[in-house]
Order: sequence, then C-alpha cells, then structure tokens
Amino acid sequence: MGKTRISRGRFLKMVGTAGATGSALSVLAACQTSTTPQQSGGGGGGGNTLHIYNWAQYLAPYDIKHFEKKFGMNITQDTYSSNEELLAKLQGGGTGYDVIVPSDYMVSIMAKSKVIQKLDMSKIPNFKNVSKHYRGLPFDPKNEYSVPYQAGTTGILYNKKKVGRVETWDPLWDPKFKGKMAMINDVRETIGAALMRRGYSENSTDPRKLQQAKQDLIKQKPLLQGYFDSVENVPMVRRGDIWLAHVYSGDGFLAIVQDKNLAYAIPKPGATLWVDNLCIPVGAPHVDLAHKFLNFILAPKPGAALTEYTDYSTPNQAAVPLVHGKFTKIPQWDPSGKVYDRLQTIRDIGKATRTYERIFTEVKSS
Amino acid sequence: MAKDKGKGWSPGLAGLLSPVTFWLGLFFLAPLLLIVAYSFGTAGVYGGMKLGFNTNNYAQIADPLYLKILFRTLVIAVLTTLLCLVLGYPLAYFIAFRSRKWRNNLILLVMIPFWSSLIIRVYAWVVILSGNGIANHALQFLGITNGPVNLIFTPKAVLMGMVYSYLPFMVLPLYASLESFDVSLKEASQDLGANRWHTFWRVTFPLSMPGVIAGSILVFIPAAGEFVVPQLLGGAKTTMMGNLIQQQFLDARNWAFGSALSMILAVVLLVAIIFYVRRVGTDKLEVG
Amino acid sequence: MSIKSSSISRSLGRVPDRALFALVGLLYLFLYAPIAVLMFFSFNSAKSTEFWGGFSTRWYSALLMDQDILHAFYRSLIVGVVSTIIATAIGTLAALALARYRFRGKSFYDSTIYADTVMPEIVVGISLLAFFVAVHVPLGLTTIIIAHVAFNIPFVTIVVRSRVVGLDRSLEEAAQDLGAGPISTFLRVTLPLIFPAVIAGALLAFTLSFDDFVITFFVAGVGSNTLPLEIYSMVKLGVSPVVNALSTVIIIAVMVVVFVGSRIFMRKERA
Repeated sequence: MGKTRISRGRFLKMVGTAGATGSALSVLAACQTSTTPQQSGGGGGGGNTLHIYNWAQYLAPYDIKHFEKKFGMNITQDTYSSNEELLAKLQGGGTGYDVIVPSDYMVSIMAKSKVIQKLDMSKIPNFKNVSKHYRGLPFDPKNEYSVPYQAGTTGILYNKKKVGRVETWDPLWDPKFKGKMAMINDVRETIGAALMRRGYSENSTDPRKLQQAKQDLIKQKPLLQGYFDSVENVPMVRRGDIWLAHVYSGDGFLAIVQDKNLAYAIPKPGATLWVDNLCIPVGAPHVDLAHKFLNFILAPKPGAALTEYTDYSTPNQAAVPLVHGKFTKIPQWDPSGKVYDRLQTIRDIGKATRTYERIFTEVKSS
Repeated sequence: MAKDKGKGWSPGLAGLLSPVTFWLGLFFLAPLLLIVAYSFGTAGVYGGMKLGFNTNNYAQIADPLYLKILFRTLVIAVLTTLLCLVLGYPLAYFIAFRSRKWRNNLILLVMIPFWSSLIIRVYAWVVILSGNGIANHALQFLGITNGPVNLIFTPKAVLMGMVYSYLPFMVLPLYASLESFDVSLKEASQDLGANRWHTFWRVTFPLSMPGVIAGSILVFIPAAGEFVVPQLLGGAKTTMMGNLIQQQFLDARNWAFGSALSMILAVVLLVAIIFYVRRVGTDKLEVG
Repeated sequence: MSIKSSSISRSLGRVPDRALFALVGLLYLFLYAPIAVLMFFSFNSAKSTEFWGGFSTRWYSALLMDQDILHAFYRSLIVGVVSTIIATAIGTLAALALARYRFRGKSFYDSTIYADTVMPEIVVGISLLAFFVAVHVPLGLTTIIIAHVAFNIPFVTIVVRSRVVGLDRSLEEAAQDLGAGPISTFLRVTLPLIFPAVIAGALLAFTLSFDDFVITFFVAGVGSNTLPLEIYSMVKLGVSPVVNALSTVIIIAVMVVVFVGSRIFMRKERA
C-alpha cells in the first residue's frame, strides 16, 4: 500500500475529510497532529526554517534538499487535506506558515478574506517561465497573490477497446454503456461536467441552466455505477468493472502508464482545468525567504523534479523539456494551446454553493 | 436497607457521581446542546456559525427532497430491523434450546463476527458483490444469469450489507431473553393441549418480548444513522440521513442545516422508540 | 452470559425440526461465508478477488511491512486501552451510585445514560466535532480517546449496575462493622464481588472502542487514523489483498480470544 502514491493528498482527503474540516474550522495553531512526511533537518530553530503548509506528498525530496543547500535553511512541512481546512486555519491567524498551496477558487476566497499577501514580483524573476496558459487566470487576474505550482484537468478515463474514442462528455450519457460508468462524487466537478456538456460555464448560476444540468444528471444516474472519488474510479476501470470514468488527470495517467488499453480524454466542448498555487499568508515570519522559495520552484530543474514526483502537469514551461517519465508521453499531460482555450476553472460562486449542493443531493437521491 | 441514604446528596454519592457528571456533561450533553444552538443559527458561506434564532434550518426539511430522504432512511431502517428479526429469531430460538455446551459454542459463533470489525464485514460484501466477484460467478455457474449483472451499488446491496452487519445485534438480546426462559411454561401450555405453533405464539414469543424490543432498538438505531454502508455498497446513489448530515458538515459547510438534520433524526428516532416500546411493551404486559 | 442450570425439560426444545435445522445452517453459512471468502483470497497470489492465481502468503508479508497499518493498529490499541481504563473507572463508580443511592436527579442520570446508548452515532460524532472545534481543541488521538470514553461509560455502567443490584450487602456491612473505612471496604470487599462485571464491562468497552468507525471518523485529525479508518480508506482505494490478510488476522485473533476467554470464563462459573 505504501508504494501506491496518490498525488495531491487525495488519499488523506478521503479518510480525513472529517478530521480535516474539523481542524479546519478550529482556530488551532496546532499542527502537532499533522504529519510532516518530507520533513528534513528536524526543523531547527524558528529563525532559519521555512514553514510550508502543503497537500500530502506534494513536494519533491529533490527540491527540499537543493533549496536547503542553496539557502542554508531548513524546510518543514505540515499537510492538510482540503482547501477548506487550509482556509479556516489561516482565518484563525498567526499560524506561522511562510508558504501555502491553495487551489484556484480558494486563492480568490483567501484574497477576499485578506489572509494572503500581495507578492513582490521583482523578487520572482522566474515568473517568466510560467506558461501563458497559467498566467492571469480568473481567480487571480493580475497574479498579485499567487504563482502556479502544479496543474491538471478533470476528464474521462476510458477503455479504448470497449468504447472506441472519446472526445465529448456524451459517452457518459450513452445508454449503450449502462452500468459501465462512474462520475466523481464532487458537487462542482459533476454539475460542472453536465453544464459544460451543454456548452455552458461550469460556474453558471443561471437557474435555467442549472435546471437543465440537474435534469441531465437525473437522466444519467440510472446509467451509472455510482459517484465515487477519482481515486476510487481508477481501479474500477483497470479491473474492467467499468469502461468510462470521470477522473482527475494525474489519477488517470497513473492507470494509463500501466495499461495501454486505457486512454484519457479532455472532453469537448469544455472541461475543468485546476491549478494549485503558491501563496504567502499574511503575517508570514519569513516573507523574503518565501519569495525565494517561489522563485526557486519556478526555475527549470526544481520544477521538473516536482512534476516527476507528482505526475501532474507543470505550469513551468522551462521545466517541461527536463521532465522524464512514461506519463510525459500521454498527449493530455501537456495539452496544446487549442485545448487550453476550452478549459474552464472552478470559481468561487459564493451563496450559489448552496444551490449546487441541493441539486447534487437531489440528483443522488432521485 | 438501613444504608440507603434517603434522598439527600451525601459526599460519598457526590464523589461517585462527579466523574460521570463531568465527562458526560462536558463531552455528551454540552456538544448536544451546542448542536441544538447551531440548529437555530446561520452558517456563513465560508463556514463559521452565527448564533441566533433562525428557524429556517428546520423549515428547510419540509422540502420534499429532504422529506424523501428522511422517509427512505426510515424505510431502510425498518426493513433492516424486520429482516434481522425474521432471520435472527429462529437462530436465537434454536441456540437457546440446545444443551448448555452447544448453546455456548453456538452463541460464540454468532458473536465472533460481531467482535470483528464492522468495516471488514461490509468490505466482505464489496468483494463478493463486485463486478466479477464470487456472487456473479455463482449466479452464472448456476445458470441463473448469462453474464455479470450489477449486484453492487444498488439499494438491495445496501440492505444486504446492513442486515449482515447488524444481525448479531438482534440475535444476542433475543438469545438472552429466550435462554432465561422458563421452559415449564411451555410444557404447561403443551400439557394443556396447545400445539407447538400455538404455544410459540401465545407463550414463547410474548415472553421473549424484552429481547425483541432490545434487539430491534439495537438494530434500528445504527441502521437509521448509517452512512458507511450506502457509501461502500451503494455507490453514493442511495442517500440516507447519515450521508446528508455528513455532507452538510463536511462538504457544504452548512453546519446550521446539518445540526437541524441531526436534531430531527434524533427526535424522530426517539419518538419511534418510545412508540414502539409502548406498543409492543403493552402487549407483553397483557400476556405476562 | 449467565449460565442457567438447564433442566431436563430442555429436551423438549430439542424436538427435531428439520426446517429449523436447515434454516439455522443457512444462517451460519450467511454469517461465515463472507468471512471465509476474505480468508480464501488472502492466500491468493494474484492481486484480485475475482480469480485464483495460486497459493501465496505474500500479502501477509506485505501486511507486516505496511507502516500505515501497523501505526493505525498501534493507535487503535492505545485508544482502546486508555479509553477502556478511564470509562471503566468512571462507569463503575456511576454504577455504584445509581444502584445504591436514591437521590434527587437520579432519573436525570438514568435518562442521560440511556440517551447516550441510543443516540445515533452520527449525531454524537458531529456534535463532538462541532464542540471540539468551538473550544479550539486540536483533533487527534486525545479527542478520539475523549469521545470513546464518552460513549463507553454508559455501557460499563449498565453492565456493572446489574451486578451491583444483585449483590448481597451483608459482607460489606460486616466489613464496616469490623471497622473498615469506606474506601478499604470498597477495595477489599465490593470490588472483588463485582469484578466479573467490571471485566465484562471493560471488555465490551474495549471492543466498541477498537471497532468504532463513525464517531472516530468525525473526531480524528490528520495523522490520527485508527485501524477502522485505515481499513476504510484502503477499501475505498479499491479491493486490496493486504486488507484480506489483515481481516483474516483480525478474525482469527478474535476467534482465539473469544474461545480461550470463554473456556476460562466457563471454568470459573463451574467452580
């Protein structure tokens, strides 16, 4: 079990969601309970240690070693398993972290709630390495608060032999594949898929469009095995229990590398692009060093080492040629510009979150 | 009786009771009161609670969607209880009237699955019912089906998993009440010419009522609050109250509504139990 | 587990009844077939529960090497032992009070204890989660232990109380007449008399604690997974042969403990 690496802390997310949200809303400065998987150097004195608050297994040991050597500092890490947990801990204030790794929509929430600070871009010259597809995304249009860290899409993992080629969301609604499909048990991703299938924005709050998406999902439900986490869907596809599954790209790539009958599609007309970002919280003890870290990750070699460790896509263009590994052969790992044009990011929709929740409950209990 | 300390609170009594008062007061009653308070509060969009007197959370349950989930939860819980009773009674009956040596060994065999992990018991059914699992092989081997059929991730699979998980909870109290049963009553009834079936319904079954009540409550309560089985065996397609509550707390960040749902579940169950005990309990009194 | 002197007339219940026999056989099959399936596949050399790839013990070696499982097991053990000790102590004292005293507010204690046993676990779980968050207690092993003590106290109390109620007071009175203080009377006379019930309560508490999933799920923090939580996460990640091996080990261990325990218990009863 220990060898199966699941990127982006989803493993913990499944088990620890409860605990996560708990510690989430608590204001505990207590990271005593957190694990520090890649902690090195034992943490030393607070003076020369960079504190990173990150998803589990989301920073390459190579990067830690080289950053420590270059700047003569130690890195310590604590991990969280949901954006909500991260938010709540920071809202409590004074947690002592220097660098955090929120996902897209959470960056805008955090900027609005004033828990992250504006970056000094003059200290991050390597920002020039960031691909244009990852600059100025809607959650941080001017890159005032964040630089992109790792990214991926949410699409369809499928068995080529059984279903042929998949290009759109429609196969997931095809009665031919009844009982051979599964969606992600996530409000935003699954309602988003239904919206995008109709060519709408996955952040739509238009009642008419949401109504259509709801009806579509209710129609789809009898065709599905069920709603699961992305990591749960992957083994079912590999065993042949199902042929099509809604998954996160990295999880899909891990399966494709081991089974050549499988493929991953970024469906038309639209699919989710998610981006995890590096930010500096308000009140960080080592602001200067934190900037150095952001700049370090955007350099070619450290960026390549990171993505080889996570299997996700890198927004760091300069790192792409240096990345080695079977997964780099998968076309969707580094999508072309045309593909990017149809990708959407999940945005904070405020109060409408409740409407989404209700729709998803209605779909699942229809 | 001389030592019974009347109605007063002596220091000795206070000493015996203070630990339990502290622990259950702080870690059982206080949290429940907090949930009651939250159920009248308002949840912020990004989490966080504002207290107040907001009855919207309770009004929301009138939404047909949530009523349906509540109703389905009760139906599944009642079905689970009935199935456990129908299956568990013959088993407990059989065991209770063996010789002592057999009785002990047979009841231990019922207890072993109960003492091993609940998650493992559910997991076993995941293995059996999955796509190309044993159940499908067996069905095809017996010629009942031609190819693999969908067994897992259905409401039936959920029910199956719950009956399997909770059967021991039914058998143990039933056994306890039947085992302490005075056989002479049964003999007397039969001596008086009643046939066995008659004897069972008029004598044995009424006398085992405490076991039936205890077993039913022990099965019904966890079944109504269940949220693991619908997830592992239901593919999140059979939403129950437990799943809804969990979702409100962990995904939707709506603790106020989640608290109201919890209160409603607790109250509905409490009322159901009281009603059941009254109903069934009175019958027992009439016979006894 | 009280063993009544069986009367000769029990034989009446042994009237052969083929239908009942067959039904009971099927029920035992129903109880054990799933467990047998897990045991069978735990020796499967293939990483599947759908076909047999030959005999192997590789999943058992994998289990022994699995740090996550071993740590989770260790945590479950700590939680089980600590919460059992605390719950047994508190529950026994409460049982003595409720069995022996009549006092104002007694019915409140009674109803609280029964409410605690019948409250759905999910409600207890989320209320504790909300509570710990509100008072800023970090979630982790401590909160798990606190929660387990809270749900175990009533079970210990109920078991011990039934024993205390049936206790002959004359021995204690004699001890006190001979000048023993209340504490020494309790330790030397009362406790030995109720000890079997205390042990039974403790065993029940340990079992409930070791197996608890729902409440633990809500009050666990990152890095404090107990064994049931760990198994749950592994099951969600797909059928894992290591879980089969782990299940087999747990079930065999339970069988051994239950049978050995019952032998000792029965011998004592007879003596």
